[in-house]
Amino acid sequence: MSAGRGTKALGAYALERLVNAVPLVLGVIVVNFLLISLAPGDPVTALIGEFPAPPEYVERVRAQYGLDQSVPERLVRYLGSVVRGDLGFSFANRQPVLDLVVQRLGRTMLLMLTTVVLATFVGVVLGVWAARRPNSAVDGGATGFALAGYSIPEFWLGQILILVFAVWLGWLPAGGFRSIRAEYVGLDAVWDQARHMILPVLALSFRYMAITTRLTRASLLEVMNADYILAARARGLSERRVLWEHGLRAAALPIITVIGYNFSFIVAGSALVETVFGWPGVGRLMYDSIFTRDYPVLLGILLLVSITVILVNLVTDIAYALADPRVRY
Amino acid sequence: MTASPPARSAGAPSGDAVLELRAVTTEIRSLRGRVRPVDGVSLTVHAGEVVGVVGESGSGKSMTAFSVLQLFPTKAARVIAGEVLLAGRDLLTLRPEALRRVRGREVAMIFQDAASYLNPVLTVGAQLEQQLQAHDMARGAEARVAELLRDVGLTPEVAKRYPHELSGGQCQRVGIASALACSPALVIADEPTTALDVTIQAQVLRLLARLQREHDLALLLITHDLGVVAEVCDRVYVMYAGQIVEEAPVERLFAEPQHPYTQGLLAGVLDLLDPKPIQAAIKGSVPDLRDPPSGCRFHPRCPHVMPRCSSDVPPLLLRGESRSACWLHDDPDASQGAPT
Repeated sequence: MSAGRGTKALGAYALERLVNAVPLVLGVIVVNFLLISLAPGDPVTALIGEFPAPPEYVERVRAQYGLDQSVPERLVRYLGSVVRGDLGFSFANRQPVLDLVVQRLGRTMLLMLTTVVLATFVGVVLGVWAARRPNSAVDGGATGFALAGYSIPEFWLGQILILVFAVWLGWLPAGGFRSIRAEYVGLDAVWDQARHMILPVLALSFRYMAITTRLTRASLLEVMNADYILAARARGLSERRVLWEHGLRAAALPIITVIGYNFSFIVAGSALVETVFGWPGVGRLMYDSIFTRDYPVLLGILLLVSITVILVNLVTDIAYALADPRVRY
Repeated sequence: MTASPPARSAGAPSGDAVLELRAVTTEIRSLRGRVRPVDGVSLTVHAGEVVGVVGESGSGKSMTAFSVLQLFPTKAARVIAGEVLLAGRDLLTLRPEALRRVRGREVAMIFQDAASYLNPVLTVGAQLEQQLQAHDMARGAEARVAELLRDVGLTPEVAKRYPHELSGGQCQRVGIASALACSPALVIADEPTTALDVTIQAQVLRLLARLQREHDLALLLITHDLGVVAEVCDRVYVMYAGQIVEEAPVERLFAEPQHPYTQGLLAGVLDLLDPKPIQAAIKGSVPDLRDPPSGCRFHPRCPHVMPRCSSDVPPLLLRGESRSACWLHDDPDASQGAPT
């Protein structure tokens, strides 16, 4: 590597990006807080339920949770506690929000990272396959697969997968995080976990496989028309080496970009898939906390998810910079 | 260039031909029809000889160069007829793997816009080493790359650089290093200086000429620049609309251009030592090759056009040291035995 492209420069770049992300995160908190205050209903009614409680009791609970204060006062107090690392207390789960969200986020990340890896791997392989013989049967198949991937919603696909593989064939569990009754240890536990992941990961990754397939195909087809590909052939490189060492290396850049971009959408998709499969992740938690008006949890999820997305985008940009020597940072 | 030009009179068969094209025709098929940018081209390059191919854009000179290794910028192009003999072996009949072994080892290419012919995400050294590996020269590749870079006037550190960190001239030097990497018998240079600044053009051209002499290379130089031709070529082919219209030793071509097209090309060159109003260069433009003119393809633009030009194709006939395809030179003595 030439001067100015060492790890030091990369570290400084990452730090700068992190500092720049602080106002963004603050903005996310404020907007989410205001949006939720505007939403109808309040946690106290959800907590007390339909039962007609005496008004004094409702007022007391409201004051206990600080909900009698004005929105600006509550926002300032919330920001103050977030800075101290306290995301509040979950009304519904009776547990600190941070602990709850971090635990659930870990499970969601397990689902999402598996999805990203699978979708990228399958998508790149299919895309390369299609691009090698454009307009062939293989290419047509990949295009049809991609079209289906674009159009089928995750939650519908999830239900169909449950129907086929869990209900009809009985091969895989219909949902859940792991088998509750059996006490597995070691490899058995890993296998049990993996079996529970197969269907949700498939449901979640289908669309991103499709996007990656199409993108890899288009990017590679364009790159393979480049002058330097002709030059590589003229130097006597085999078609295999031209494709993998020259073609895919250059075609990888847009693919890397889209991995980071997809990640934000997989967050949204995972909320639906977790609900369908009863996966106890952050998406499922978000769904539940909307119904219980568990605002601190909702805010905590939005905050941590935003931070995750920002971090993933940063990692993507760094990966891009490492892959493309022309990028300056 | 050579001290004593041997008897390489045009058209004379010679035993030391490195490359010989025989009636090569290349076709591009598209939805709008079929085009033959190279139509029955025959040419010879001898060992140690610099042969120029000149013509306007669209004359088919670059496609002729691409036809040798059957590598085209478009998938729609294909050599459909003729022979491409490299030391007597027809490259058109080779299997893909055998052809791959010829590319970059026996015949190397230098391209016009060198920067775009280097992969932007691989270092210069990696790209040169790949070539050596492809031809089973992986051992000592790093040292060989350093030697090659020094040979073309670059420092060995350039191997660690990416193409975007180099200037256009440096990239072209890398292109030349790649062409020399496996000590080929023939180098084909397609407009090697066209994309460069004028001052850099001269440097690169001198480098190419020096390396050609040192390695006794056969060089096929494709260019539209008659100055380049005058400076480095031994012999020249003039192409028009996919066909060769004239062949001559370089001094003959400039002293006595035979074909009206060649005369027009030369008239378009400004002579600084003898300033005179530039004569109207050739009027009109290169014809649409989907429907080339009948007879002599140049007849619609020719100042000396005669009735038979539009009906009969003129053959390439030897006249002195030159060969040209024009009915003007069809005097009764020469036309004996010439096909009409």
